[in-house]
Amino acid sequence: MKYVDEFRDGEVAQGLARAIAAEVWPDRRYNFMEFCGGHTHAISRYGVPDLLPPNVRMIHGPGCPVCVLPIGRIDLAIKLALENGVILCTYADTMRVPASDGLSLMRAKARGGDVRMVYAVTDALKIARDNPGKDVVFFAIGFETTTPPTAVAVRQADAEQLKNFSVLCCHVLTPSAIMNILESPEVRDLGTVPLDGFIGPAHVSTVIGSRPYEFFAEEYRKPVVIAGFEPLDVMQAIRMLVRQVNEGRAMVENEFTRAVTPEGNAKAQNLVSEVFELRRSFEWRGLGEVPYSALKIRERFAEYDAERRFSLEYRPVPDNKACACGAILRGVKKPTDCKIFGTVCTPENPMGSCMVSSEGACAAHYTYGRHKDVEETPP
Amino acid sequence: MSGQVKKGYARPLDIKHGCVDMSHGGGGRAMVQLIADLFAEHLSNEYLAQGNDGACLPQGEGRMVVSTDSHVVSPLFFPGGDIGGLSVHGTVNDVAVMGATPLYLTAGFILEEGFPLADLARIVESMAKAAKDAGVKLVAGDTKVVEQGKGDGVFITTTGVGFLPDGIHLSGNLAQPGDVLLVSGSVGDHGMAIMSKRENLSFDAPILSDSTALNGLTAAMLASGATIRVMRDPTRGGLAATINEIAHQSGVGIHLEEAAIPVKPEVDAACELLGLDPLNIANEGKLIAICAAEDAETLLAAMRTHPQGQQAAIIGKVVEDPHGFVQMKTKFGGRRMVDWLSGEQLPRIC
Amino acid sequence: MCLAIPARVVEIAADDQAIVDLGGVRKNISLALVEDVQVGDYVIVHVGYALTRLDPEEAEKTLTLMAEAGLTEQAAAS
Repeated sequence: MKYVDEFRDGEVAQGLARAIAAEVWPDRRYNFMEFCGGHTHAISRYGVPDLLPPNVRMIHGPGCPVCVLPIGRIDLAIKLALENGVILCTYADTMRVPASDGLSLMRAKARGGDVRMVYAVTDALKIARDNPGKDVVFFAIGFETTTPPTAVAVRQADAEQLKNFSVLCCHVLTPSAIMNILESPEVRDLGTVPLDGFIGPAHVSTVIGSRPYEFFAEEYRKPVVIAGFEPLDVMQAIRMLVRQVNEGRAMVENEFTRAVTPEGNAKAQNLVSEVFELRRSFEWRGLGEVPYSALKIRERFAEYDAERRFSLEYRPVPDNKACACGAILRGVKKPTDCKIFGTVCTPENPMGSCMVSSEGACAAHYTYGRHKDVEETPP
Repeated sequence: MSGQVKKGYARPLDIKHGCVDMSHGGGGRAMVQLIADLFAEHLSNEYLAQGNDGACLPQGEGRMVVSTDSHVVSPLFFPGGDIGGLSVHGTVNDVAVMGATPLYLTAGFILEEGFPLADLARIVESMAKAAKDAGVKLVAGDTKVVEQGKGDGVFITTTGVGFLPDGIHLSGNLAQPGDVLLVSGSVGDHGMAIMSKRENLSFDAPILSDSTALNGLTAAMLASGATIRVMRDPTRGGLAATINEIAHQSGVGIHLEEAAIPVKPEVDAACELLGLDPLNIANEGKLIAICAAEDAETLLAAMRTHPQGQQAAIIGKVVEDPHGFVQMKTKFGGRRMVDWLSGEQLPRIC
Repeated sequence: MCLAIPARVVEIAADDQAIVDLGGVRKNISLALVEDVQVGDYVIVHVGYALTRLDPEEAEKTLTLMAEAGLTEQAAAS
């Protein structure tokens, strides 16, 4: 696969590993947060930490839209399926997220809810066309990468006057989440979470460009390197971050130049602002209420907004008391610091958001990395 | 009415256009006709011909091995196979990986009202061919019919009987540190063949299910003289689930080499597109074997000379590990765990 | 963030639709979010939509930079 395999080359990886090892200062610790869940997954899946020097630590950030989706929002989706009798279309990622009353979308399906997994929002449009007598709701989650496709779908529905189609909009914004982390007491004041820099999201950045991160670099004096999705991209980005830290710079650099420009995808951005506007505040699982961090559908497209159509009222639901997801999402704690990690809370029986999605910090560690917790000598 | 009707005339089953209806499960003439005109047409042998409630089988050599499997695959007809062939292969393979020679099968059908007889005929024909190719006989069967909406076209349950010669003892708890792990060929083919049809992917080189009977291969492996501890066929849950099961049963760890695991390029690409991992995808015509280290090359050679083992490869080794972890050295160079999944793997967007 | 993969455009159809190829596997996707895409271009695909064109020159530059990192170190070590 072109442009994929070359960026997974093991020999180049060895070279980059040597280069990073040569550049780190031996008596300094480097802590970088990879914001994006996809990077968390890539790092775990390819075993990248094995190729990094011991004084470079990766902290997993909250960039997993499934992980930060509050229980209350899943409850709304389940309600639509079970009580309002809609055909609820969703990406597969949300199916197993545990919600209230021991339910999940998968369990709601087992109880007779018409919940359908779709690969793309266009599949939901097709279901709406094929079932004119039923309401079809698309459960729209995701960061800025996934929002433009939803925007296109809403405009498409409007053009076709597809009256039975609506969207439950839970799209969230990356810069707000980064801000929330940088503003948290542990990072800002207490220094409990030493954060030396960020690996910026790959595909979100293809849409929003590299410019939005300049604010963080300047205001908080933290370097940001936008990295592509493949493990070599991640390692190259880490190398660039190490260099910035050593040289005392705090700038936005772009490793993913093959797909990210400073301005991003203007066409996609315009489509999004045509259909969506900012919510004043939105609850993020683990981070609490974050201002101007999420989107809702504009008045102009109100008839395609499931929240208005079904008069949905959002009820926040607190997380399990023993769940440390909030702290883990902010990088304050590691999965193994959580009292219920691996015992009560496992991928089969997830208690909180970090264990639910395959790229939540806890799920990634459990599935790909828990051998490190017990081993004394590697093979 | 002047037409002469031949004596003993019975209206034949309309296989071309007819459908299963509730009468076919009723135990009466309609069911008898279904069996005679459709099933017996393809599946006849000396046992079925006796027409008794049960088949009386001769003693075999060694210990008897029994296995059973239910088949609910959807779609019923997929690239490279169908539920009929699958139901034969699956059970034959379960008996074969025990080290036994499969000889007899039974088949229970649950048919949904409205299911086209033409499709049923195709499925039965496919079963007959699979059984013949594998050298097994279908000796007993049953059909029931459920109301429309209560079944998925057809569900098939097969039970297999075979005989295990004395001196062969394979079991999942026999793997020892130092042993070597082999796989008989490329992984993920079956699951991705099904998934691709569901997700409307199309291909240059289509992904075909690997559904096949493995008893010829297992016989060749056992005849090679290698000391085999266990053989298993990784079906649902994929390679990852099966290897974890064995590690757990034997109380050992297993270390894999990602670069050694055969995966077809189309399967790799389809997995990339859908956010899936080939190690978690179902297979229906592959097996893994764990053998003593000194016999690995002999066993590999024996597998590669057999048509169903041409892509066989050594993919890992057994190590001491009280936690029973399965770890893998990635092609990239780092290490990670290969865990078994909590449920069915679902395509990701994130 | 989200799972997106570079694929080659092999056919362009009406209504902003296209067929892409990844390693021999073909899929229908939408070009509604991009402009001026030609057959033979590589695009990054996410949930059935092309998000952007992939720049082959930049890809080569990045790969070269990565490969050089190893060479520099090997030279320094020897």
